[in-house]
Amino acid sequence: MQRLLHFLYEYRAFFTFLILQLLCVWMIVQNNQYQGAQFFNTSNRVAASVSGTTQDVKNYFALRRINDELSEENKWLRQKLEQREQAIQYLTLKQDSVFDTDIVERFEFVNAKVVNNSTARFKNFITINRGSEEGVEPGMAVMNDNRAVGKVKTVSDHYSVIISLLNIDEQSSVLIKRTGHFGTVQWDGTDPRFIDLKYIPRHVVPLVGDSIVTSDFNAVFPPNVFVGIIRQTRLSESDQFHEIDVELAQDFGKLAYVQVVKSRLKKEKDSLENITIGEPK
Amino acid sequence: MTREFLASVIGFLVYALLQVMLFQELVLFRYAFCFVYVAYILLLPMETNSLPLMILAFILGLFVDMFYNSLGIHASSLVVVAYLRNYWLGVITPQGGYDTGSAPTVAANGLQWFMVYTIPLIFLHHAILFFTEAGGFGLFWFTMLKIMASTVFTSAMIILFQYFGGGSRR
Repeated sequence: MQRLLHFLYEYRAFFTFLILQLLCVWMIVQNNQYQGAQFFNTSNRVAASVSGTTQDVKNYFALRRINDELSEENKWLRQKLEQREQAIQYLTLKQDSVFDTDIVERFEFVNAKVVNNSTARFKNFITINRGSEEGVEPGMAVMNDNRAVGKVKTVSDHYSVIISLLNIDEQSSVLIKRTGHFGTVQWDGTDPRFIDLKYIPRHVVPLVGDSIVTSDFNAVFPPNVFVGIIRQTRLSESDQFHEIDVELAQDFGKLAYVQVVKSRLKKEKDSLENITIGEPK
Repeated sequence: MTREFLASVIGFLVYALLQVMLFQELVLFRYAFCFVYVAYILLLPMETNSLPLMILAFILGLFVDMFYNSLGIHASSLVVVAYLRNYWLGVITPQGGYDTGSAPTVAANGLQWFMVYTIPLIFLHHAILFFTEAGGFGLFWFTMLKIMASTVFTSAMIILFQYFGGGSRR
């Protein structure tokens, strides 16, 4: 016994090293899971406010560009609104049969400011200044002017951490708008302007310039959110699937404001599926 | 003792805050990252025992991890540096040995010695960091390029600090 204690004492540095490393590995594994540790990340209030201050300084120099973008978006939205009004007037005859507010107001948006963002790492995250108090929950979709950005990973009272599409662990179900074929986008970790589109089978002919949008099967995003445009396709003799490079619609280096999408019908859809198929494993 | 302790606490805060407020934003050409906080562990006094060294490295690493949303990765790589630091100092002892009570700085041991001391440890730290983040060796050369570029950037920054900060301490 004494010799054992002596042995442990002799190599105490090594054993401490071992214990600390095991602790680190455990934390890394925990954090990789979808809803990882809730406290030690930038949704923590102190960390978020420090990052927020840095971001404020950076944003100050980008104010002109952000203003331009916002006014551009305003113009676009007003145009859409006008078109919609006209369409509704045209459709008033049918209104009684199709007008269901639950369907029309299916999605609600929470505006949020980006307080921390990165694009150069393998696993990029975005921190925003809205949290559970404002109704943000893990799993919600995040977009910017109808362009896909990512999904909420963890929330605190006033901040949330978003897994960016530029994260090698993140996959999203999408479709080629022209042909209607489903695939999956996943970032390869190198160029932040491009994302890989996978699992498009051989018989499909994707063309350069085709739009990629989120699919109806997507558990996170509303359908038809713009992801990007095909820039290059490769298909060798032995491949089962096309290798496709998609240029992202969103420039992640310039994110300043985003919208979190609250889907009112998601709970209903999920619980209905649970009843029929059973709890997801 | 208390003065030394106070100095190391202040150093800890300075390096931690510098890293998360300034150097986190500073990425050159999307390849070169600057993890200047490694210098805190590298520059602690010669006689620092490896136990407190590792504990400090663990806490500092966790703090940085919190801001990088990468829980455990920075802590793990910094603890490795802290563990190996004293062995490495022993291996590269100059002919006359070290002065007692000195710190491993350029001022005490010269630039050449300092580079031999810091660059391999910084390289090791970055290698563990980036390969863990990439989740394996899938993008080996891309990751390697990031590691090389970041090692150059971090080392240059730390050596530069030696010439600006070192003068006032002497």
